[in-house]
Amino acid sequence: MRAYAGLLPAIPFLAAAVGLLFGPRFPRLVAPLAVYATGAALVLSLPIWWLARDGVVVETTRELTPTGAFPITVGTRVDGLAAVVAVMVCAVALAVQVYSTQYLHGDRRYSSYAALVSLFTAAMLTVVLSGDLIVLLIGWEVMGICSYFLIGHYWEQDWVQGAAVKAFVMTKLGDVPFLFGIFVLAADAGSFRIGDVLETAQTGQLEHATLATLLLLGGVVGKSAQFPLHSWLPDAMAGPTPISALIHAATMVAAGMYLVARLYPAFAVATATLAVLGVIAAITMVGSAVAAFAQDDIKRVLAYSTVSQLAYMGGALAVGAVGASMFHLLTHGAFKALLFLCAGAVIHVVGTNSLRALGGLRAAMPITFVTMTLGLAALVGIPPLAGFFSKEAILTAAEHVMAGEPAVEGAPLPAAWVGGLVLVAGLVTVVLTTAYCTRLWLMTFLGSRRAGVVAAVAEESGVAQPSADESAITGSQPAHTGSPAVGAAHDPPPAMSWTLVALAVPTVLLGFFGLSAILLPKWLPGGEAGAGHPALVPGLVTSLISVGAIAAIGWYVYRRWAADPVADLADAFLGRYRAVVEDGFGIDRLYNRLFVRPTYALAHAIQRTDDDVVDASVRGSGTGARALGAVLRRVQTGNVQTYLTGILVGALVVGLSVAAAAR
Amino acid sequence: MSALPVLLLAIPLVGSGALFIARGRVGEFAARRLAVLASGGSLAIAVVMAAGFDYGAADRMQFELNAAWAPAVGLRFHLGVDGISLPLVVLTALLSFLCALYSVKIVPESGRVRAMLALLLLLEVGMLGSFVALDLVLFFVFFETVLVPMYFLIADWGDPETRRAAAYKFILYTLLGSAIMLLGLLIIYVQTGTFDMVALAAAGGTGISHSAQVLAFLALLIGFGVKAPMWPLHTWLPDAHTAAPTIGSVLLAGVLLKMGTYGLVRIAVPMVPEGAHEFAPLLGALAVVGILYGSLICLVQRDLKRLIAYSSVGHMGFVLLGIATLTPVGVNGALFANIGHGLITGLLFFLAGAIKDRHHSADMALLGGGLYQRTPRLGALLAFAAVASLGLPGLAGFWGELLTLFGSFDPAGELSRSLFLVLMVLAGLGTLLTAAYLLVMLRRVAMGVSPRRWRDPVLLGDVSAIEWASWTPLVVLIVVAGLWPRLLLGVTDPAVQALFGVFG
Repeated sequence: MRAYAGLLPAIPFLAAAVGLLFGPRFPRLVAPLAVYATGAALVLSLPIWWLARDGVVVETTRELTPTGAFPITVGTRVDGLAAVVAVMVCAVALAVQVYSTQYLHGDRRYSSYAALVSLFTAAMLTVVLSGDLIVLLIGWEVMGICSYFLIGHYWEQDWVQGAAVKAFVMTKLGDVPFLFGIFVLAADAGSFRIGDVLETAQTGQLEHATLATLLLLGGVVGKSAQFPLHSWLPDAMAGPTPISALIHAATMVAAGMYLVARLYPAFAVATATLAVLGVIAAITMVGSAVAAFAQDDIKRVLAYSTVSQLAYMGGALAVGAVGASMFHLLTHGAFKALLFLCAGAVIHVVGTNSLRALGGLRAAMPITFVTMTLGLAALVGIPPLAGFFSKEAILTAAEHVMAGEPAVEGAPLPAAWVGGLVLVAGLVTVVLTTAYCTRLWLMTFLGSRRAGVVAAVAEESGVAQPSADESAITGSQPAHTGSPAVGAAHDPPPAMSWTLVALAVPTVLLGFFGLSAILLPKWLPGGEAGAGHPALVPGLVTSLISVGAIAAIGWYVYRRWAADPVADLADAFLGRYRAVVEDGFGIDRLYNRLFVRPTYALAHAIQRTDDDVVDASVRGSGTGARALGAVLRRVQTGNVQTYLTGILVGALVVGLSVAAAAR
Repeated sequence: MSALPVLLLAIPLVGSGALFIARGRVGEFAARRLAVLASGGSLAIAVVMAAGFDYGAADRMQFELNAAWAPAVGLRFHLGVDGISLPLVVLTALLSFLCALYSVKIVPESGRVRAMLALLLLLEVGMLGSFVALDLVLFFVFFETVLVPMYFLIADWGDPETRRAAAYKFILYTLLGSAIMLLGLLIIYVQTGTFDMVALAAAGGTGISHSAQVLAFLALLIGFGVKAPMWPLHTWLPDAHTAAPTIGSVLLAGVLLKMGTYGLVRIAVPMVPEGAHEFAPLLGALAVVGILYGSLICLVQRDLKRLIAYSSVGHMGFVLLGIATLTPVGVNGALFANIGHGLITGLLFFLAGAIKDRHHSADMALLGGGLYQRTPRLGALLAFAAVASLGLPGLAGFWGELLTLFGSFDPAGELSRSLFLVLMVLAGLGTLLTAAYLLVMLRRVAMGVSPRRWRDPVLLGDVSAIEWASWTPLVVLIVVAGLWPRLLLGVTDPAVQALFGVFG
């Protein structure tokens, strides 16, 4: 088991290397390579998961390099949480690789695509398993660059290019403080190793815990797309849909929250950081859920939803409920991957992302309909689907903290107001989630195709936001918005529809795993309240409130929709504010005005200065020297090159004579 | 005593001489083969040295050759390598060889290949000599030797429109720098009575008065700062890089700039440490200004080659910042960044040259995107090099930046911690800007739909065999150095520790 965990990232890494080098020459081997390598990683992750059940932490370590201060090591640190998350990552990656064989069938760039997904998988597993913070950082940023390349898969289009650059730069903005946070931790612990850092934190010797964790939070906020660095994620939907499922829903964006959980002992001694995290989570949760309701692009609805759900995990971490947070990470990984792949099936078959152009697909796409319904129900938190259990575990923990008791025994106790804030925001978000999920569900599957609206959409051609007409680019499926008739819609090919069915299983069942310690809680930090007692059981009060709210809001939204099935519910509810909400409250325009434009203005100013001032002074001296040269030339040979050689020799002679004189 | 360093220099020197003397008697293709052979021989020697190097004693000079040269003034012909210089020697030999190899098929339109290759080999002698010289005067001679061939490479084989002015600026600027540097070297000599670099480094400034140290360091800082280039002494660089032919740009960025930072680490910091402590805050501040200044200009740069040139100002800023921290971590980072930048920017200039040759322009507005579309392999290589250049962890650009920043986080005891923390934060901002301008560059050049004017398939072939041959080693080394940093840090660290053991 010791060195064996290192194979997990190594296998997909090799697959990526082979795929990048030889994929173009052997196109038929690309898909098997990607699928089998990911499958092998999944198989290998299972024994690791099983061996990690007893709460033993297994570490391997070797020095990677000296630095001049303390060395950087390479090795794995497997605990229960890492093992469970590794299994989840491998499983979702496998699902996405299988699904992609069909989704990107015939795409000229499939070979590099599959290799980049493999590279991404390797990087994510590195983040999950690494025992050293610097090696973790390598995985962290390699994930980012894979995300950049995969978002930019359809690089012909201008908005795709912008989305890719934005995703990388915005997350990198968070990664700069993140790196400094690692420095602070490492300096306090005298080591880059996670084990040493945690030990230092647990013995109370982490001198700058608050500073370090606040800096780390920068990277977490960027990676996990939390306010104020969240706005790259909705744009990232420019990538192929399977990428959105894997990277921008189930794994990479969750890595930020995972990191907090992995380093939790350091965060636990920094209550100020936890409070900041709680506030960020509350703002993000509510704000993005509102924005999700106003989106027209089915993928952007899901993207804002992801931002909102990640905030639940952040809120849980803020109130000390690490187990509940990671429980939600796992269930969300399952149902959100499922939802994206369902959306991909719709887009693949129908040829549009626009909700306004969808509708009535229930009969034509039964598998997609059933699985997506389950996914949405899990997202809303309808019992007994997975999302219900994990979300209620979070709300219950927040309730405890509000009442002044720790989420679980031994957890840090943040201020009561943090608990209250997370609880209230969480309940409000339950209401909002119900609303946008119901809208999505109704507009996609019920009613009838909005034939009249379709024509209008086609004419507008993406005024609100561009609709990723992916299949038009891949050339494998129906062309433009509105052209396919309802009768032409059907469930996607087997590789895709079976993936949906497979992901529906954990979407339904994973919640029950929280109820018995031997199933899941004993793998999660703080998952057990005392030996053998799971701490992830939903509380009665919050459950009743949530379920009641879901039923009431669901019914209300349905009534409003039924009154006029053709109209867009977002217009009905938001009226003239819809545009600004759909635009994500105009945050991007604000950032543009505050940061991007001034930076460019400064850059232009500096460029002018470089020409006019810094260089002009040099040119001045150059002119002077040339004039001098012209004079000298008359006395000498008249050849500039000889003159230059003369300077050289002269300098040497002067040097030597001074040297001789000094002697 | 070892003959290897002499062979290392003699092989390209003989090759250069042969090409100069032979003139018309050697066919052009024979000349190209000879250049490959000579630089290849030198590379082979460098590899033999790396293989035979005692890594357990990387802090000691190895393969030493120490012979009397001008006994009357105590000059010695003293050569050798240690952990600080060995990686640079190998890098120089490799890049020179790759340039010669590239020139087998691809040469500037100006022709006169024989003369160009003779200068290339002479340049190699100067560069290698600077890294193996252990006598200050010898060092200075090699250091100056480099200027002449580089001047002619720019002036005679460069871009016809700008090469004259650029070459003038280059030579005047660097000669001025050298003169000031020489002043610094002489101050050291006058105070200690020796040119022996090993002895001077071991003495660690003993016997040099404080004011002399300060003065000497200032002179050396200006001299090496011109070369590095350190802001605001950088303005020769964009013109020279832009005007130079491809191999000129590759060697300028890949090796010549490193001679400046190498000089700081090898001479200025260990020999006049008190001066170094006085000026470290200034050096750090100028370094960070360079980082931000360079990356901001890159953000609005129109010309691809100029963009890469300015990116060097930013990247070399990291090297200078690492040195300014006066810590083993920082200097290790600086040395790693030296090599990383040499590999990555060498590759970038090769690619920019290839793009310019194909389109007869490096103006990004004129290129107009779509490189991924019309030459996918060239596009993929450009993306790889750009990603390496932005310091992606796992590639060669990362470790230098990381260690430099970490050094800045905890600078040498006497230095102001708060100042260096500010510098660290600003440099961190620089990494963000670096990522931004490189990805914006890729967006403008590589992504998008190819304009109609580049539809001629004959003109725009994808990467050719000779290009693969000359670029693949760089790509491989960028990955290897990124994944296995010990390869370099294991060599430099003992030497750097020894350096600081003396006065730290």
